[in-house]
Amino acid sequence: MQTFDKLTGVAAPLLLENINTDAIIPVPWIVNFGQDLGMGLFGGWRYGGDGAENPAFILNQSSYREARILLTGQNFGCGSSREEAVWALLGFGIRCVIAPSFGDIFFENSFKNGLLPVVLEPDGVATLVRETAAARAPILTVDLESCAVGVPGGSSLPFTIQEGRRRALRMGLDEVDLTLARVAEIDAFQAADRSRRPWIYRQGERHIR
Amino acid sequence: MTDTRASTSPGSRTLFDKIWDDHVVADLGNGAFLLHVDRHLVHEMTSYRAFDALRRRGIAVRNPELTFAVVDHVVATSLDRADDTNPAGRPFIRMWRQNCDEFGITHFDIDDHRQGIVHVIGPELGIDLPGCTLVCGDSHTSSNGALGALAWGIGASEVEHVLATQTIIQRKPKAMRIWFDGELGPGVCAKDLILYVIGRLGTAAGRGYTVEYAGPGMSALSIEGRLTVCNMSIELGARAGLIAPDDRTFDYLAGREFAPKGREWEDAVAHWRALRSDDHATFDAETVIDCSPVKPQITWGTSPQDVVAVDGRVPDPSTETDPVRRRTLEQALAYIGLAPGAALAGTKIDYAFIGSCTNGRYSDLVAAAEIARGRKVAPGVRALVVPGSTQIKIAAERAGLDRIFREAGFEWRSAGCSMCVAGNGDTVPAGKRCISTSNRNFEGRQGPGSRTHLASPASVAAAAVSGAIVDARTLAG
Repeated sequence: MQTFDKLTGVAAPLLLENINTDAIIPVPWIVNFGQDLGMGLFGGWRYGGDGAENPAFILNQSSYREARILLTGQNFGCGSSREEAVWALLGFGIRCVIAPSFGDIFFENSFKNGLLPVVLEPDGVATLVRETAAARAPILTVDLESCAVGVPGGSSLPFTIQEGRRRALRMGLDEVDLTLARVAEIDAFQAADRSRRPWIYRQGERHIR
Repeated sequence: MTDTRASTSPGSRTLFDKIWDDHVVADLGNGAFLLHVDRHLVHEMTSYRAFDALRRRGIAVRNPELTFAVVDHVVATSLDRADDTNPAGRPFIRMWRQNCDEFGITHFDIDDHRQGIVHVIGPELGIDLPGCTLVCGDSHTSSNGALGALAWGIGASEVEHVLATQTIIQRKPKAMRIWFDGELGPGVCAKDLILYVIGRLGTAAGRGYTVEYAGPGMSALSIEGRLTVCNMSIELGARAGLIAPDDRTFDYLAGREFAPKGREWEDAVAHWRALRSDDHATFDAETVIDCSPVKPQITWGTSPQDVVAVDGRVPDPSTETDPVRRRTLEQALAYIGLAPGAALAGTKIDYAFIGSCTNGRYSDLVAAAEIARGRKVAPGVRALVVPGSTQIKIAAERAGLDRIFREAGFEWRSAGCSMCVAGNGDTVPAGKRCISTSNRNFEGRQGPGSRTHLASPASVAAAAVSGAIVDARTLAG
């Protein structure tokens, strides 16, 4: 997993609530096998029915085509569990999403892939939107060491993140490797559980060829 | 919603606490725990990347006997379907089959009578059991909580982690209880109830929580109704929703293929009877819903929380003071093609879809058939019935439900996710309006440019034969 430490880049405002993962990456891009998911990011909004770019959509505007950060409304990434939503954002180049809240599954998926979801109060998001709009270029710096996001020469807003998640992102930890190192604990759990709840284990075993 | 954490009684635990405590393998620190996964269900749309990752690591599936797989998302639903009936689905189906064979996973293929939507077959085959932890790479895994399981949807990286270790890393969510008083009126069903709850509380209300549904209103619901309620927990924002198991649950499970048998069944039921929240257990948030005033519910917008009773009206965004919320409402109305203040009843529809993990079970087909019997689908409307599983399809055909639907002009199809996720070629064309028993009315969900109104099976059947949104209760009996 790619690490995350400090990011300075263009921040695009997409100020809607409850942006769901179907909107982030519509199904037609997922079921088109081998598709570059970054091309499908916000596909329903980014392209018209004829497949041409919709010039009104924020990420098609010249200042935001290189966006690395997204500023958005509450409950971003709600809906489907599809991790393709995270891969599509990363494929486009977005490494950080700043919102008042996130859908639970999207939030979890983000950390598995080195995408940083930053939770800020609605007023904080509004401040960043206002100040980036007023700046010469809509640039933000997100610093995971100091846990702050700021407009160069403007406001700097602190955010909180669970320490385990922060550490994993900064070090690019592989959770599967970490858990495989605990195989003895898993073996012990299953051995004890098997005598307590044998029915959990037995039915499936009868069907394994 | 009130915060009652301060009054937590020592030693009293919620149903959720009990299942959680039973599955902790290790405390990882910083609020993270390693939990055992009792049941892992795998479908074809996104699992191939997880299997590829196992191959790269050179490791096996740790517990193939606790893993079950099925094809549902991209399979065609035509009656004579094969792997390549939906050409885009073929590579997904082939890789899924190859992965299941290679890693030794029990799987239900396209022509297996046990095939169906993953969240329908879990309970139906007795794979889902009270008190178990069950995960699947799909957000509607919450359905399985209806039997008293702790069940939630996960991403592809977590699928890989579970395949490799039979565990998952979790931070414990808070506990919410929604208590249901009173009884649903005639012609009002579980789908109307959960849409009503989502409309009242909002699509973010359950974020960070596991929701327990309880009270006389839940006890009175059939297992199939409870599955519909738990299914839409994710539309409330909650990863998991669950209901304490009772005699109805045990009667439902007895004799199912993967449920325990004989002496083991007796032991299991004795264990399961303790799976309920203690009388003095408290919740981080609680709310009470009275079932009696609930009317048939229909969505008007592009979020499941955009819902009103069938006799209701579309709201007016100009009355919303929050600018982000106002813009969201305006975009929803522009997309769905309805005017502020318009009455929902009488809105013309082009498509009607009966199916999905929300409402593709046997009792859902019966409810729709009761409306369809002796009537005709309105001119210009295309209406589909897609059973949630092959077993449901077979049972419905034995009971003659397929004949009722066909004679009324509905298409009778094979089991799969179909027009709910629109990943198998079953889509609603751009600009067309569909009334659907599925769970999401998001922009483009049923196909690019499609417009979706979520409703119950009876409401969808009633709209199909009327050509417009209508109160199904006026057609019943």
